[in-house]
Amino acid sequence: MTTEKMHFEYPVEGGNFSKAGYPSSQVKKTLKQLNVDGNVIKRTVVALYEAEVNIVAHAYKGVIFIDIDTKKIIIKLVDEGPGIPDIKKAMEIGYSTATPEVREMGFGAGMGLSNMNNNSDKLTITSEVGKGTNVEIINYFPS
Amino acid sequence: MKINEIVRLIKGTVLSGSESLENEVKIAFASDLMSDVLTVKIDNLLLLTGLVNLQAIRTAEMSDINCIIFVRNKKVTEEMIRIARENKMIIIQSPYSMFKVSGILYNAGIKPVF
Ligand SMILES: Nc1ncnc2c1ncn2[C@@H]1O[C@H](COP(=O)(O)OP(=O)(O)O)[C@@H](O)[C@H]1O
Ligand SMILES: [Mg+2]
Repeated sequence: MTTEKMHFEYPVEGGNFSKAGYPSSQVKKTLKQLNVDGNVIKRTVVALYEAEVNIVAHAYKGVIFIDIDTKKIIIKLVDEGPGIPDIKKAMEIGYSTATPEVREMGFGAGMGLSNMNNNSDKLTITSEVGKGTNVEIINYFPS
Repeated sequence: MKINEIVRLIKGTVLSGSESLENEVKIAFASDLMSDVLTVKIDNLLLLTGLVNLQAIRTAEMSDINCIIFVRNKKVTEEMIRIARENKMIIIQSPYSMFKVSGILYNAGIKPVF
């Protein structure tokens, strides 16, 4: 693995499902090139993909910031959107405000946030109603 | 079970990954809910779905799923095939319903996840 730090940024458009998954795909390729453990890669991209889909499904637009060093990956998803009034409730399996369009895409069952939690070493969500939501996912690489 | 044997049983059409049909699969998961697929921790899973869109391909990519069967011959787009090929994924289309394909594969000895 290289000793350099890597940084990537990806814009995300709300409502545009046709592009959802591209950032997660790029991150997966990068982590593979760095020879990160396969299980950690899967956990990371599953959490990132659900988080990305949440911006597409629930927010207006956002940016994903990726920082990778030799020990960990830090993913920040910053969106402009309606925000989450009750994060604890939103984390519950089955809670969803998703539209029928989102359900047609294979999401919107209220499983995303808990799945993100299960696949992150550290998950931090902050949100301001009417402004937007910040999600931070940190996963550590086994040494 | 070899994938080419599965293709034969379900009257499948292979749209991507025809070079890998000698690969084996043991376990399958059938769902139209991608969030549910993303909770499965087993690798080399066979995914059976009626959700025919790019998200199914992306979900398989993130979940290390190498083979997808799309049921009821729903239209698979060029973009889906392009991304599947990029990931060396096998895409099979079957005219049968989810229930029928599940039954055939279960009978043939493919195991469920749960
Ligand atoms: N980025 C976001 N912006 C606004 N609301 C969000 C965001 N992410 C999640 N939510 C809210 O939390 C709920 C639960 O999210 P999640 O568990 O991913 O389920 P789903 O996306 O299937 O509805 C969503 O329905 C939505 O109300
Ligand atoms: Mg979600």
